[in-house]
Amino acid sequence: MERDWSHLTFAATEFTNVAVLLAVSIGIAAAILVLTHLLGPRHRGPVKEGTYESGMEPIGDTRRRFNVRFYLVAVLFLLCDVELVFLYPWALLFPRAAGGADAAHAAWAQGLADAGYGPLYLLGAGGAFLVLLLLGLVYEWRRGVFRWT
Amino acid sequence: MMDPTVARIERLLRNPLVLVTAAAALTAPVVLLAWLLWPWYGGFVQGLLADAFWFPLLFMLFVLVMILNATALCILAERKIAGFTQDRRGPNRVGFWGLLQPLADGLKFLFKEDIIPANVDRALFLLAPCLALVPALIGFAIIPWAGEVRWPWMPADAPAVSTQAASLDVGFLYLLAVGSLGVYGVVLAGYASNNKYSFYGGIRATAQMISYELPMGLALLCLLMTAGSLRPEEIVAQQADSGLWYVFLHPLAFLLLLTSSFAETNRAPFDLAEAEQELVGGFHTEYSSMKFAMFFLAEYAHMITGSALMVALFFGGWHFWGLPGAADTSWVAMLLRLAVFVGKVVLFIGLFMMIRWTIPRFRFDQLMRIAWLGMLPAGVVLLAGTAVLTAFGLERNVWACLALNVAVLAGMLVYVGRSRRPVTGRQPDLPAVSVGAV
Repeated sequence: MERDWSHLTFAATEFTNVAVLLAVSIGIAAAILVLTHLLGPRHRGPVKEGTYESGMEPIGDTRRRFNVRFYLVAVLFLLCDVELVFLYPWALLFPRAAGGADAAHAAWAQGLADAGYGPLYLLGAGGAFLVLLLLGLVYEWRRGVFRWT
Repeated sequence: MMDPTVARIERLLRNPLVLVTAAAALTAPVVLLAWLLWPWYGGFVQGLLADAFWFPLLFMLFVLVMILNATALCILAERKIAGFTQDRRGPNRVGFWGLLQPLADGLKFLFKEDIIPANVDRALFLLAPCLALVPALIGFAIIPWAGEVRWPWMPADAPAVSTQAASLDVGFLYLLAVGSLGVYGVVLAGYASNNKYSFYGGIRATAQMISYELPMGLALLCLLMTAGSLRPEEIVAQQADSGLWYVFLHPLAFLLLLTSSFAETNRAPFDLAEAEQELVGGFHTEYSSMKFAMFFLAEYAHMITGSALMVALFFGGWHFWGLPGAADTSWVAMLLRLAVFVGKVVLFIGLFMMIRWTIPRFRFDQLMRIAWLGMLPAGVVLLAGTAVLTAFGLERNVWACLALNVAVLAGMLVYVGRSRRPVTGRQPDLPAVSVGAV
């Protein structure tokens, strides 16, 4: 019986080249790792394979407690970064709703304005979002998150 | 005492005539063979170059090779610039004017012992340099290097082929996303090494890279409001059509982006992750041979891609006044545009290097204050101001944008002047130091 392979045909999309580049880059990185592993000399020893801490015997393991502020910064970053990503669609669409120069989206902008979402409403909505971002920042500031004492 | 044969070889390689002759002798047979065999494969190559799918792919691989070569040259350039800045000569032993230094460096890295310490997490230890290098190498896919080109042998009705590897809907957001993946390489290198220097370097670098992503995102948002498109090729085309580079509309946003990209590439004055005086080598203390070099390849590739992004978004890409625009698709015009783009990128890389050897390193609390309390509020205010200008249709008015930027800058200066908190020196809320006890 003849099998149908048509679903496996290759269709180039806009991400095809990115995939090729990713594959080539991974290949380069792997080739470098393998080459340097094979080409270099090999002399093992307890001192050579020890942890380098300026000649001292390492005291304890590295994976232990560290300053909690790094954690706070990471959490703050997550919050702010998500908010920023939410702002990207707004920043892309708001000028189209506000600007008369863009003829391709004039009807869409008019429809938005008729529904009660005019440029000033969109400006206020984006502004409220930004104010929330700033309020959170001021709160953290006052709590002393950024004081690296 | 140097071996006389080695000395003779070194002296020979320092002779520019010998270098040029050797290069010619190596390339001439290849060129001759390519020319002789042209009737057999010429049509195939012409077909590939004229194809709308294969040409961007081939051009992308060409750019990849060029970036890998450029990173090696960048290291030589950096050492030369460091030398000139510090009133010395820089590398000048290997080859004429030190030109063979990248080759010597690469060979030496490759033939050094590949040490994997006993206490490391082996899988992550090997994965980390790959995770640093791969995102740095794939970022440039969206850069529109030289517009479109139509080869002389193409039929008149065939569409021009693009020199941009991937024209994505998400545009420069792709570069932003891929660029921030580089942080995984750093944090994994720090964690896997099981070395306290590496670990502190790693978490410092992580905190710094994620902090500076926010001002970067805000600066790009300001640009996005004006450009109305995420595609870099469209942004370049807008600047080329109007002749008005976006840096003239958004100088402060550009400064935010420039500063953030210094921090994202972990370069001085933001190189706290590898502060030699405190952390030996930082997150790559335990790395040797080519694994160590991969972090540097990643850093320089990041620098080149970041410069290309800034050139494309803020400095008009391949546009320069008086040179052929996008409408001219002849290959001469394409090469001219490519030269203009690469020239601007080289200027940016020079700026990166000059600043590295001019400005001293920040302290960690200063670094965090600059990002969170300086650049982030400034970026938010700038974004709000740009939104107000956009609502009133003034987003392309140079004077309105200039007024906004001057107002924000003045506000920042007034705030800094009134806060009376020293930018440098000890934080005032720390307890006093007793002079006698050191």
